[in-house]
Amino acid sequence: MKFSNVLATAGEWLRGEGPHHQVVISSRVRLARNLRSRPFPGWAKKAERTSILELVRPRVEELSEMQDSFSESLQDLSALDRQVLVERHLISREHAAKGVGSAVVINRRQTLSIMINEEDHLRMQSIRSGLQLKQAFKLVDKIDSALESKLEFAYDRRLGYLTACPTNVGTGMRASAMLHLPGLVLSELINQVIQAVSKIGLAVRGLYGEGTEAMGNLFQISNQTTLGEREDDIINRLSKVIETIIEKEHDARQVLLQKKPNTLSDQIGRAYGVLTYAHAMASKEALNLLSIIKLGVDLGAFPEERRFSIDELFIETQPAHLQKTSEQKLNAEERDHLRAQIIRERLKLFPRPDISKLAREPGNGSAKGPSNNE
Amino acid sequence: MLCDVCKCNDATVFLTQILEGKMQKVNLCDACSKEKGVQDPTGFALADLLLGIGAAEEIEKGASTQKCPVCGFGQSDFKKTGRLGCSACYVTFAEGLNALLKAMHKGTEHVGKLPERAHRAIQLNHRMRALTENLQKAVAAENYETAASLRDQIKQLQSELPNSS
Repeated sequence: MKFSNVLATAGEWLRGEGPHHQVVISSRVRLARNLRSRPFPGWAKKAERTSILELVRPRVEELSEMQDSFSESLQDLSALDRQVLVERHLISREHAAKGVGSAVVINRRQTLSIMINEEDHLRMQSIRSGLQLKQAFKLVDKIDSALESKLEFAYDRRLGYLTACPTNVGTGMRASAMLHLPGLVLSELINQVIQAVSKIGLAVRGLYGEGTEAMGNLFQISNQTTLGEREDDIINRLSKVIETIIEKEHDARQVLLQKKPNTLSDQIGRAYGVLTYAHAMASKEALNLLSIIKLGVDLGAFPEERRFSIDELFIETQPAHLQKTSEQKLNAEERDHLRAQIIRERLKLFPRPDISKLAREPGNGSAKGPSNNE
Repeated sequence: MLCDVCKCNDATVFLTQILEGKMQKVNLCDACSKEKGVQDPTGFALADLLLGIGAAEEIEKGASTQKCPVCGFGQSDFKKTGRLGCSACYVTFAEGLNALLKAMHKGTEHVGKLPERAHRAIQLNHRMRALTENLQKAVAAENYETAASLRDQIKQLQSELPNSS
C-alpha cells in the first residue's frame, strides 16, 4: 500500500462509532518488545540498528494482519509525511525524528501500527474508535504472540519483558484512551479530575502524549506502571476509571444545560460564528472551537449526521495534513488562511445552531440516570 | 542548566523538597514543570518526578564505573538518557535498578503475559497464584459460589503441575 492510500482514507478509529464515542475518541494499546542480547535502538550503532531492522521487518510484514500493509523506512519518508503519521497517531513524535535503521508498518485498516527501532526494537500499537481497550489489547496481543514464535524477545522470569526504559518493564504495555471533555473543562472541574486520576497511578496527557499541551479539550489517560500487575487487570482498572470520567463528563454537561444554558448557547454560537467567518485560524484555536461544535452535536444543537464532518476536521486542519492537501509547503500564516478556508467551506453546509434543542434532554442517549456504581 | 526531565530545554524552575529526611533538588524547564503540575502545589507529586532522576542516582551509588559486559553501556549513559543499553543491563545494574523499579511500579515481579517459549511450569505457577488471590478475594467478599469454583480450578491445576509437592 502506498502513502497516498494511507492519506486518502481516514483510519477506522476516526470514522468508527465505538462505544461511548461521544466522549471517547479512541482507545490505544501498545506493547514494547526487544530482541534478546541485542543493544536497544538508542544505544545500538547504525549498522547494528540496520541489521536488527532487516531481521525484524520481514517477520512483521509477513503477519496475516499485515497483508497489503504500508511499510516504509523512516529515512524514505519526507518530514511532512512523518508528521501526517504523527497527527494520525500512527507513529510517535519520537519515531518521526528517527532516520536510518527505523521503519513503520501499518495495516490496511490503520488499526495496527508497528514501529521498528523506536525506543525499543518493537513498538506494536493497536488503535480503535471509542472505548475499546480490551479489543485493542486483544489484537496487539495476538500480533505479539505471532511474532514471538519467530523472534526471541528479551524476557526475564522476574521482571518480564525488558525494555529500554525501566518505566516500561514487565508487561511493556501502555493502554490509553483519548477523551473529549468539554463539559468538565467548561465547568472548571477538569483539574479535580486530573488530580484524582494522577493519585491512582494513571497519567493524564495532552493530544500527542507526554509533554504535550491539552488542546481542543482532548485528554489522554493511560496507565503509568507496567510491573506487578497483569495486562487484563491494568486494562480493567483503566476502563473503570474512564467509565467514571465519562459519567462525570455527562453529569457536567447536564449541570451546564440546567444552570448555565446561556453560557453554553453563547459558547456554541461564538464557536460557530468564528469558524464560519474567520479568514485566519491557528491550529490551537481551530481545535478549541471545533471541540465546542462537537459538543453542540452531542447536545443536539446540530444534526447528528454532521458529526463525521466535524470529526474529520480535527485531523484535516492539523498542520501536516493541511500542507499535504494543498501539496505545498506553507508557512504558518498561509496555513492559518488555508485552515480557515477549509473550515468555512465545510461549515457552509452546516445549519445554524438550533439553541432551542439545548434546553431539552440531549439526544443519542448520552444522558445517564443517577449512577449506581460505587 | 538543563532541565532534569527532558534534558533539552534550559531549566527555569528550581525546586528543593525534603523527602524522607533527604534533600532533593530538581531543575525543570517551563514545559516540564507544567507537565508535571509543579505550578499547582496540590497536584504535584515529587516522587513521580524524581523517578527518572533518582534512577540515575541509585545506579551511581551502585558502581559508578561499571560497564555492561554485553553492550558496554555505563551508568553515566543512563544518567544522560534515562534509557538502558541492552537487556543484559538489567542484570549488570540490578542493584540500583531494583530500588528504582520498586519505587516506580506497583510490584517488583512480572505477573502478566509470558512468552510461549518460557517454561510451561512458570505459566502454571502464575495461573496458580492468580487463582489463589482470587479465591482469597472471593472468600473475603463471602462469594462462596465463586470460591468453590476457584477451589476446583486450583485442584485441577495442581494435578497438572509436574511435581506438585
